[in-house]
Amino acid sequence: MTTLKRVQFQTTPRWFSQAVIYFVLLVGGIAMVTPFIWMIATSLKPAAEVFLGKFLPDAPTLDNYLTVFRKVPFARWYLNSVIVASLVTLSVAFFDSLTGFVLAKYEFPGKNLIFVFILSTLMVPTEMLIIPWFILSNSLNWVDTYWGIMFPGVMTAFGAFLMKQFMEGLPSELLDAARIDGVSEFGLFWRIALPLVKPALAALCIFTFLGNWNAFLWPVIITERMDMRTVPVGLAFFSGEAGSAWELIMAGASMATIPVLIVFLFFQRQIIKGIALTGLKG
Amino acid sequence: MWAYIFLILPLFFFIAIRFAPTLFAMSVSLFRWDILSANKPWLGLKNYETLFADPVFWNSLTNTLLYVAFSVPAQLVIGLAFALLLQAVAHWKGFFRALYFIPFVTSTVAISWVWRWMYEPTFGPLNKLLALVGLPEQKYLASPDQALPSIVIVLVWQALGFYVIIFLAGLEAIPTDFYEAAKIDGARSWDVFRHITLPLLNPTIVFLTVIGTITAIQVFTQVLNMSFQGMGGPLNSTKSLVLFIYQQAFKSFKMGYASAGTVVLFALILVITVIQLKVTTRRVEY
Repeated sequence: MTTLKRVQFQTTPRWFSQAVIYFVLLVGGIAMVTPFIWMIATSLKPAAEVFLGKFLPDAPTLDNYLTVFRKVPFARWYLNSVIVASLVTLSVAFFDSLTGFVLAKYEFPGKNLIFVFILSTLMVPTEMLIIPWFILSNSLNWVDTYWGIMFPGVMTAFGAFLMKQFMEGLPSELLDAARIDGVSEFGLFWRIALPLVKPALAALCIFTFLGNWNAFLWPVIITERMDMRTVPVGLAFFSGEAGSAWELIMAGASMATIPVLIVFLFFQRQIIKGIALTGLKG
Repeated sequence: MWAYIFLILPLFFFIAIRFAPTLFAMSVSLFRWDILSANKPWLGLKNYETLFADPVFWNSLTNTLLYVAFSVPAQLVIGLAFALLLQAVAHWKGFFRALYFIPFVTSTVAISWVWRWMYEPTFGPLNKLLALVGLPEQKYLASPDQALPSIVIVLVWQALGFYVIIFLAGLEAIPTDFYEAAKIDGARSWDVFRHITLPLLNPTIVFLTVIGTITAIQVFTQVLNMSFQGMGGPLNSTKSLVLFIYQQAFKSFKMGYASAGTVVLFALILVITVIQLKVTTRRVEY
């Protein structure tokens, strides 16, 4: 039985093929992290060292970070990004799961029509909508407001579809039993259904937060004032104007990247599991 | 009925923010729509005529198709290769998986600038490395011939982790019985890959091809941040369709003309979605 279980097709010795595989994986890994090391290394170099051609700094300093903070309102950009990404994520988590719950667990006339309608909006690329969104925002004075940055993303068809898939897996008997016990319709969603789809919900939240934290196309259009920019938009403008001050650009890039990296390292298992889960279902 | 009450806000959102703007974009494309001018004359299909006669539009469209043609196969092949390698090791699997995934979660704007600095012809580390091993130095983003492939490398580098994760999930879903049966039959590893792994991985490959194609058609942030002053140069050699649309709408304020461009983009994506539906309806049974 054990001989059948072993799945191995190589004719070369096993240790050799394993060594080759680890070597290739290591080379790939180095290719993945080298740009980040180069980014941080440059950000720690005094301006005089940047063009010396060494990979690592001789006299590392945090001056470049202080200079960036002095030149541009980076702290404000952080705050903007945190506010926008958090509020959008909360909104998406709530409304997408509510929509998914209704479409999965209620029977009513027009249900299929509504589902197909919501799903069909997925086919329209964001780029097609930004011009109408901008004309709308312009006439309603939403330019340079948090609501202006957020409104296109407060619900997503993808999330509603994803949550519907997972809500369908909940036993209807459970909901009926709770109904008999006097739980309100909203309570069924909030207290019974939602806690049972937590893994999918967490994945959706991670996706949404990352997507909004890193979003560029819409925020760059809807923000004109310096202090309303999000981190990516602020970084793009700052870098474009910094000329060849690469040590400052890399300090800015590090500040945009490192918080996300830290969060990722803490939650990488859940994040990766979530991506695999939603990627395959979606 | 509670269902309708719960759906009021979502329905309002999808109608007002998703559906109506789609129709609005189509109608804007029939006008000369300058946001700075009150006069917005009706043009009929004139914007489309101008668009199809615009060499910069065709150039951007060609570039966009090149981004797709280069990045999608590279992501699929390299992603699958690394997923297979990861599947074959006993230790450090989670570590490598996380390592490959790092670029995917980081800000595209930030890594575009990091790569721009990597590619810097005189002081960047890539040319230093080439010089070290005695190879001629390259111009990368500064050369009209190399700029687009250089950006493709960044696209592939950033997306690779995502492909690896999805491929790994797909590989793990293949029942081991198939491999055991093949082993008993004395199949060689290439045959197993060709006749078992690949066909059973088909849904994953289709999914990633579609996602990858749609993502590459919409490439924008990397091009804007990696070309001089965000112009899509040198000599428009990296300008993508979305960057073209962005410049027309928000630099030249030709909203009507830009909307015509977005309708073309929509049509492109629609064609791909339809092909996807055609292909995915041919389900593979496990």
